[in-house]
Amino acid sequence: MAVIATKDTRLVVQGITGREGTFHALRNRDYGTNVVAGVTPGRAGQDVEGIPVFDSVADAVDKTGANTSLVIVPPRFAAEAILEAAAAGIEQIVCITEGIPAHDMLEVYHYVRPRGIRLLGPNCPGALSPGIANIGIIPAQVFKPGPVGLVSRSGTLTYQIGGELAAMGLGNSTIIGIGGDPVIGTSFIDALDLFQADPETEFIVMVGEIGGNDEEQAADVIAERITKPVVSYIAGFEAPVGKTMGHAGAIISGTSGTALAKKEALEAKGVQVGINPTEAAQFVFDRIGKG
Amino acid sequence: MDLYEHQGKELFAAAGVAVANGRVAYTVEEARAAATELGGTVVVKSQVLTGGRGKAGGVKVVKDPAAAAEAAEAILGLDINGHVTHRLYIEQGIAIAKEYYFSVTFDRSAKMPLLMLTTMGGMDVEDVAKNHPAMLARLHVDPALGYRGFHGQQLMSMAGIPVEERKALAPIMAQLYGVFADDDAMLVEVNPLVLLEDGSFLAADAKVTIDDNALYRHPTVEAMRDLSAVDAQEQAAREADLAYVKLDGDVGILGNGAGLVMSTVDVVAQAGGRPANFLDVGGGASAEKIATALAIVLSDEKVKSVLFNIFGGITRCDEVAKGLLEALETTDVRAPIVVRLDGTNDVEGRRLLNEAQRPEITVENTMLEAAATAVRLAGEAG
Repeated sequence: MAVIATKDTRLVVQGITGREGTFHALRNRDYGTNVVAGVTPGRAGQDVEGIPVFDSVADAVDKTGANTSLVIVPPRFAAEAILEAAAAGIEQIVCITEGIPAHDMLEVYHYVRPRGIRLLGPNCPGALSPGIANIGIIPAQVFKPGPVGLVSRSGTLTYQIGGELAAMGLGNSTIIGIGGDPVIGTSFIDALDLFQADPETEFIVMVGEIGGNDEEQAADVIAERITKPVVSYIAGFEAPVGKTMGHAGAIISGTSGTALAKKEALEAKGVQVGINPTEAAQFVFDRIGKG
Repeated sequence: MDLYEHQGKELFAAAGVAVANGRVAYTVEEARAAATELGGTVVVKSQVLTGGRGKAGGVKVVKDPAAAAEAAEAILGLDINGHVTHRLYIEQGIAIAKEYYFSVTFDRSAKMPLLMLTTMGGMDVEDVAKNHPAMLARLHVDPALGYRGFHGQQLMSMAGIPVEERKALAPIMAQLYGVFADDDAMLVEVNPLVLLEDGSFLAADAKVTIDDNALYRHPTVEAMRDLSAVDAQEQAAREADLAYVKLDGDVGILGNGAGLVMSTVDVVAQAGGRPANFLDVGGGASAEKIATALAIVLSDEKVKSVLFNIFGGITRCDEVAKGLLEALETTDVRAPIVVRLDGTNDVEGRRLLNEAQRPEITVENTMLEAAATAVRLAGEAG
């Protein structure tokens, strides 16, 4: 079953004729994702190695029944691209683009959220269900199918933990990269709810980082309604106050948002928190053992 | 991007918010001239991108140009929370009746702008929030609705603003929200927002942060960036489109992806080392970019060993290996380098490094082993 990236996914790639768009559309298709269309305004009638290109998402939905969109367009056009997909009736939108102005994302968020449209990202690596489908830029070769649902704010850190789990013989139901921007469509809480409802996910790993209070809020939700075991790792224990660590959201201001505060909030709700990716993976292994 | 007070006030003035007349000064003589030009009582203010200026002696009220020069002499070079004062703002003195506080922040948790207003201005708002929470009025603005007159009325009522002051205060809040929305700000804070003796309001301070991602549509704000306030390495990194944050240890760190690099900083510290920096080369880094990144890390003289931690997704490990080997050919690499490569094309990357047989390079298999080795090598060099 898995979540977000499933066998029912019919993917349209917005920005398919761009260098990155072409590369990842084909890579996702090679993995087994059902890539049904691409969109680049003014390029209708062309195709990218057999994937038909349309002028608009509305056309792509109309002609191919696309239900999920992958947005790989430059930051100045990305907010508009998400809104276009939402207006065209797309149910799930995965936005990889990094560098979208935060105020633009406020507008986007408050348009898609009340309409029940799933937005993953922006500035995220996408979603991968090993053996089923890959939407985005996650290097699939690192992961294998299994019972662990993995959700992370950071791309490469996800790969790191997935790699550690794989080395211990553990696989994943779905890997969800939610992104590191101040405004993201899918929160930790949303991902936890998805995994809770997914029969193939037996175990959840949540990878957070400094900044904001999403991990603290997730801790409350875990105590309240997540019955599957959760292990966590938080990056940024050594980060200095007031300096942004790469992600726009990864900044400690005042006393809130530190890795230690997040670790303590999670531990108070019974979640084991590793101090590095290796320790977090070891906690998972200890809890469920091989296979 | 954080703005200096005088820059924030430029945005305020353009939006119609009243601010005191002022001049920027970089020297004692310029401060004296500014005070002469403004006439009467002036305030000499340190321009640094941090709070707590008043407590640190960075703000002085003076009666004449000679005293302004004296104050400038004392404040120029003053270190405030690690920020050295290189510029001053000389402002006309004002007749203060009351000091309030108003801000608009980007509340990422609620995903809405948050308005805050209190009559307890002039002090640290975090103290107000902690010790007098009932005095701090807070109100979210639905971005789809934008700021409306009722927001201001509700907020002023919650904050207990006297009715007779509300007519003068309401438009200023609307204008400051306009700065927040129109200039892509993440923060607009006025502390104190001053009620003058004549019954009008004036922004006596300005703390404004603009979203870096939106600077492309605000060229005049982008042009305000003070390059001299940025560390040399941070400046070089910005030009090369690399995310670099200077720390104060001796183990140089570079990797791909903010989360992984943050995690690398953690494991180096956990292994008993002191990280010298955070450097994220980003996704899909080319060999050339890797070489530039290494040069930036090594330009920090404190660095005694370097840890490369790469988990390739879009980034290809063979490209990283090539970049590293190129860097060894073209630059003087004075510190040992520990490399950990995993992910896309990792086998090829490690093969290239092993075949090159460079004595400076140690290849490790895991992140923890690599951190331990880098820390050990830095210790031996020290």
